[in-house]
Amino acid sequence: MHRSITVTVNGQSRTAEVEPRMLLVYFLREVLDLRGVHVGCDTTSCGVCAVLLDGVPVKSCTMFAVQADGRSLTTVEGLASNGQKHAVQEGFKEEHGLQCGFCTPAMMLVASALLEENANPSESEIRWAISGNLCRCTGYQNIVKAVQHAAATLNPQPASGRTT
Amino acid sequence: MAVTDTSPGWLGKSIKRKEDDRFIAGRGNYIEDINLPAMLHMAILRSPYAHARINGIDASAASALPGVVAVVTGELLAQHKLAWMPTLSGDTQAVLATDKVRFQGQEVACVIAEDRYVAHDALELIEVDYEPLPAVVDPFAALDDGAPLIRDDKDGQTDNRIYHWEAGDAEATERAFAEADRVVTVNTHYPRSHPAPLECCGCVADVNPASSRATIYMTSQAPHAIRTVFALVAGLPEQNIQVISPDIGGGFGNKVPVYPGYVVATAASLLIGRPVKWIEDRTGNLISTGFARDFHMKGELALTNDGRMLGLRVKMLSDQGYAYADAQPSKLKAGLFHIVTGSYDMPAAHVITDGAYTNKAPGGVAYRCSFRVTEASFLIERLVQSAAYDLGIDPVELRRKNFIRSDQFPYTSATGFVYDSGDYEGALDLALEKARYSELRAEQAELRKEGKLIGIGIASMTEALGAGPSRDYDILGIKMFDSAELRVHPTGKAILKLGVRHQGQGHETTFAQIVAHELGIPPDDILVHEGDTDNTPYGLGTYASRSTPVAGAAAAMVARKLRDKSKKIAAHLLEVAEEDLEWEIGKFSVKGAPDRSKTIQEIAFAAYTDHPPGMEAGLEGAHYYDPPNLTFPFATYIVVVEVDAETGEWKPRQVVAVDDCGVRINPMIVEGQIMGGLTEGFAMSAMQQITFDEDGNCIGANFMDYLLPTAWETPHFDLYETCTPSPHHPIGCKGVGESATVGSPAAFVNAVVDAVAHLGVRDVDMPVTSGAVWEAIQAVKGTG
Repeated sequence: MHRSITVTVNGQSRTAEVEPRMLLVYFLREVLDLRGVHVGCDTTSCGVCAVLLDGVPVKSCTMFAVQADGRSLTTVEGLASNGQKHAVQEGFKEEHGLQCGFCTPAMMLVASALLEENANPSESEIRWAISGNLCRCTGYQNIVKAVQHAAATLNPQPASGRTT
Repeated sequence: MAVTDTSPGWLGKSIKRKEDDRFIAGRGNYIEDINLPAMLHMAILRSPYAHARINGIDASAASALPGVVAVVTGELLAQHKLAWMPTLSGDTQAVLATDKVRFQGQEVACVIAEDRYVAHDALELIEVDYEPLPAVVDPFAALDDGAPLIRDDKDGQTDNRIYHWEAGDAEATERAFAEADRVVTVNTHYPRSHPAPLECCGCVADVNPASSRATIYMTSQAPHAIRTVFALVAGLPEQNIQVISPDIGGGFGNKVPVYPGYVVATAASLLIGRPVKWIEDRTGNLISTGFARDFHMKGELALTNDGRMLGLRVKMLSDQGYAYADAQPSKLKAGLFHIVTGSYDMPAAHVITDGAYTNKAPGGVAYRCSFRVTEASFLIERLVQSAAYDLGIDPVELRRKNFIRSDQFPYTSATGFVYDSGDYEGALDLALEKARYSELRAEQAELRKEGKLIGIGIASMTEALGAGPSRDYDILGIKMFDSAELRVHPTGKAILKLGVRHQGQGHETTFAQIVAHELGIPPDDILVHEGDTDNTPYGLGTYASRSTPVAGAAAAMVARKLRDKSKKIAAHLLEVAEEDLEWEIGKFSVKGAPDRSKTIQEIAFAAYTDHPPGMEAGLEGAHYYDPPNLTFPFATYIVVVEVDAETGEWKPRQVVAVDDCGVRINPMIVEGQIMGGLTEGFAMSAMQQITFDEDGNCIGANFMDYLLPTAWETPHFDLYETCTPSPHHPIGCKGVGESATVGSPAAFVNAVVDAVAHLGVRDVDMPVTSGAVWEAIQAVKGTG
């Protein structure tokens, strides 16, 4: 019943035998031991399970692990490189963009994907980009500032923060 | 916007959070991250009916499924006297149903299996023979003669009434109403809401059969209290129970009670001898765990024609579900609801409240509030606005005319609270200035001419938090103090252990700042440890914004104890008398000879290497703090909304918040709390609601039906502050986490009503959906 799949996770090729019905989020958490991805609702509503699939955010609680076969995944564990925090990680800390931390890994991944395609997003563009990710603690305002902070770090010119 | 900065020292400094590094690296340690060798997984079978008799349960097919280790039913638990457990309000609640199910989603059986998938597969193989019974959904109908009796399991319970409770002075209030020129009435329902933290509940119970020691990792805001409850309920020796609350993915009151899942997992681990993990799913969380609110309220305000408040009369009915499980710490049945006189100098007040059983989930948690202050604050702030319309005066002027004045503190309210400090006009004036209130009123009038509607809603909220003085507040008899232990190590670094347990409030930073302020040890050198009953002092937990008022005070007090001892050591080291020393943050120096000094780090080293003869070695202490009173934070929230009269659609255009929580330890964190609170206030006023159909089916047991605001709907917030310290808190703090959730819903609703008040609309029930607004407009059109 098990099937062998090979995925590239945070730049490393990983092969494992999985049940076809195993959800991607549990594959990441329990097979690959990547605990930064969380489960919050089971219905693709809250977004705390979001990871990047070939650079695009997906909600890993409604995708089977076998569907990721041959694809490339990025999780929060892959955001930092060479011991250096990613600019969005710095931004979230500097702007108090997190409280309980449960939504944070997914929120940062979605933000990093946004900044890949839009180096200088407006507040409105940021709010739209993260609107698939719920946060119950912060009220989002500091998350917006955190993403703007990261944008300014990654792309110092032109100045970030243009209005909507 | 933070203005608090009491330099020098560490109060009022927006230092970055110490806890963030692990969370942004994805290295938080939440309940689902706990895995133990040989661990089993548990899943819960829930009732599809709101009310039904259980004629039998056949678990044979489930038990036979490969990988299933055990199926636990109420019958099995009953053999161990564990089928029922006490609620936080002293009622009883089923762990697993035996005789009947009494709400949809009630726990009926649990499967323990080798893996999560098998446990869930097996649930589908359990056959339960239900005999459906009429469901009692409406709390008013529940009190009718002849209503089906829900708690027939309870000796002497002959109807569905749980309590009848009164506060205030009925006679004085009657006299006030007799003398009044006019009486304004608001009839409203504060809808059933759910805190819905993004992490559901869960536990890993590990009862070691060799040592008889139970280690229970669980999502608990109150691990010490939970341990005591476990000891009392299960009859386990308390020293053999260790409750560990790892990182918690949001709580908001939802993670205060004991839920059946925790109990069954622990019982199963005890019976099987292996660790058992239970992770709740979202539907389980929303359908069965602690809901909040659900108050039907009628408020009447007696006034003179020139706008003086004479008295307040409130009658309300609480829909409690099938068990009275309020997570409320007072001896008062309706918690702190009797703060319903709010910010106003109300000569007389009388409150009557009844509680009714219905076929709904039990709960009644303090969802980001001190129990029931949210409903109280909403009612009085709605009444004030309605009264202003009736009197034809501005809601601002009506508030100003009736505020408790700054020189009246400490102020004793008509229902017996002693407010510690306040400056309500100061907060109101700042909010009016920042919102540009008079310009808004002019703009509103201009826009109306063009057929465009804006509304301006105000709430001048005062609430009570920080339970509590132990003479008045306890949970199942355990007094509501809190505690701190502080040890300064020889190298001058420290560990602070607390009885509370944060869920994102920033304790690891804030409480380090308190100690830093008192002792001069930098926050980075202080580890804050919480959530482990073996390794922290006893405390009642984190909820109802009590951590800073109570545990924060304990942290300051224990630091002062250590400072006193440090002075003795410094005197010894410097060979002077204690009274010759003076303290500035971080060191003692000889008066008049400031170059002769000892830093706290030098003193700490000496405490272990060169302490005075006759003195105990070490630099360590504990303090249990019993607050003399609650603290009374206040705020003015002003919300401006745009309303489309054709469709009823509305959206916030501006939100101005002026909060006064006394001294702010870390303004960045305080503002984070306020923005989170405002968002939940917006959420409750605009969308959050759990409803039931006539058969008691729960509508809203998933995030597709139970709506939470995203970044897209959530408005931008403009935050400001005034600072009126609490006179009785050691560093002048009041709590703050809940204030905006308590106070802002009235501002949102007042704003929407204000936009259509000229049409004759006086009320729209929460959640204020576009449909509700449209209907309210149609209703007044109909009456012409």
